[in-house]
Amino acid sequence: MQLIAIDWIILGVYFVFVLGIGYALRRYMRTSTDYFLSGRSIPAWVAGLAFLSANLGAQEVIGMAASGAKYGMATSHFYWIGAIPAMVFLGVFMMPFYYGSRARSVPEYLKLRFDEKTRGLNAISFAAMTIFSSGISMYAMALLTNLLLGWSFGFSIWICAGVVLLYILFGGLTSAIYNEVLQFFLIVFGFAPLVFVGLQRVGGWDGLHAALQEVATSRGFADGAWTQTWSITGDAAANPMGLEWFGIAMGLGFVLSFGYWCTDFLVVQRAMAANSMSAARRTPLIAAVPKMLFPFLVIVPGMIAIALTQHADTSGFALPPKADGSLNYDLAMPMLLVHYFPHGLLGLGITALFASFMSGMAGNVSAFNTVWTYDIYQAYLRSGASDRHYLNMGRIATVVGVCLSVAAAYVANRFNNIMDMLQLLFAFVNAPLFATFLLGMFWKRATGHGAFFGLLAGSLAAALHHGLTLPRGATVGVKGGWLTVLDSYPSEMAQNFWTAIYAFSACLVLTIAISLLTKPRDEKSLVGLVYALTPREVSQEAAWYTRPAPLGCAVLAAMILLNILFW
Amino acid sequence: MGLDVRLPIGLMFSIMGILLSGYGMLAARTEHASLNVTWGLAMLAVGALMLWLSRRSRR
Repeated sequence: MQLIAIDWIILGVYFVFVLGIGYALRRYMRTSTDYFLSGRSIPAWVAGLAFLSANLGAQEVIGMAASGAKYGMATSHFYWIGAIPAMVFLGVFMMPFYYGSRARSVPEYLKLRFDEKTRGLNAISFAAMTIFSSGISMYAMALLTNLLLGWSFGFSIWICAGVVLLYILFGGLTSAIYNEVLQFFLIVFGFAPLVFVGLQRVGGWDGLHAALQEVATSRGFADGAWTQTWSITGDAAANPMGLEWFGIAMGLGFVLSFGYWCTDFLVVQRAMAANSMSAARRTPLIAAVPKMLFPFLVIVPGMIAIALTQHADTSGFALPPKADGSLNYDLAMPMLLVHYFPHGLLGLGITALFASFMSGMAGNVSAFNTVWTYDIYQAYLRSGASDRHYLNMGRIATVVGVCLSVAAAYVANRFNNIMDMLQLLFAFVNAPLFATFLLGMFWKRATGHGAFFGLLAGSLAAALHHGLTLPRGATVGVKGGWLTVLDSYPSEMAQNFWTAIYAFSACLVLTIAISLLTKPRDEKSLVGLVYALTPREVSQEAAWYTRPAPLGCAVLAAMILLNILFW
Repeated sequence: MGLDVRLPIGLMFSIMGILLSGYGMLAARTEHASLNVTWGLAMLAVGALMLWLSRRSRR
């Protein structure tokens, strides 16, 4: 597929605006707080949309459409139970400590609440992970543009990396946040016509339903396997994900989702930049509203793609097979774009892909430069320098961070299995995190030694569990079973969820045990950091929808309603 | 921060909306070209709304 002039012009307009925003903001970057925390001046709705958008990388958009094709509507578990409760919990219960402690980053909160070594562990693994994940998603993006548009591997990488570098270099976090909001609207407007055109092609919602029933039965599943979310999870063998409801609710809905949304600085940073405590608490709640509706934007196209493929002879659309004979689900979204959009709209769709890719990358880069500067450079390499020095360090970290991610993308292209191993390693490090934060914020007796060794034990438990189990049909190695195979799971996803459950439990138990054996912290030094010792803030706002708790309840009720509708 | 984010978003959506709908009206009528017009106008409307909101808040 070749882009024509109108497509390029639309893409060009987008590039001009993202760079323009960065350039217009450069004169507001006077202190390191301006650069890394937007001077804590962002209104709630802007922070909320950025909170959502930073997580919405291209991998997310393409991957969720792929899962929509592969697993159907049940993919929404990643958006509903796997995100909303955690976002509400962050806004209602955890934000008061992140924002109220005046910590400048998530690792810094760990330093205030626990000790230096816990912060160091978290900061270093987080910094490495952000570089790595932006490299991986750049690699995925480059493969895609190569396949679809015939661009060389380096072209889309260098264009995107260069633009992201420039706008963050100029405008810091504010620039990342403003562009994330712009990218959010662009992603919505770029992909929405796809749902419209696609539904037209499959004969509306009813036609989609009918075609998906055929998809399900032809693969040996019950009628509703592609259109329902919970009713198919009584037995792991009854749904294409190979998951039962307990694994979904505990593994995804509790451990993994809370671990990501409540502790990952990439998203929490957006809320920390909000202009008041109330705005910071509302940030994840505002983000939750569009988040709930995103399945219709990113998962439904995947479902449309598989439905069209089922009737390839009449629809003229079919997902291409991969080398091993299985369908190449990752192409669901991009192939629909290329297949059904006329020129003009195609440019907009490609722009939306770039926007999602860049918002994800900018999120990683702006979180990286902050953690590097505050939690690694200032903490261990050079403390006590002037604020200007750290501001400059942040700019250098931005350049270095972008260059390292580009390098990671090239490594991913060359040595795919190294990346798989790294991804696994980070999964082990992340799995137990939420237990540490939960105990830190809600149990005043938890100590630094407890937290640190609890985290290590959790990661070790994750590695052990992974080394002893194997998903059905996989070969021993990076997929698991590298110690010996004691147990097997119906799917890789089931194995991941259970790895997380074991890691969380090990960290929880060990942190409690070691804390009880070590000397407690002086209670006075924990004020503002722990729930029981922090005076409750009385909300000043009059309208219910501006207060976190009622807003959180409304969001949860809507989420439950969606689950019932697609039960 | 001194810049209202609705201003650049409004401008960009207006420009893209005009480009899309303009192209849709002028270019050869292919099967889905009318979608360009409809969607371009929708983007223009959103862009105008954003510009109006940012103008209103500045007063």
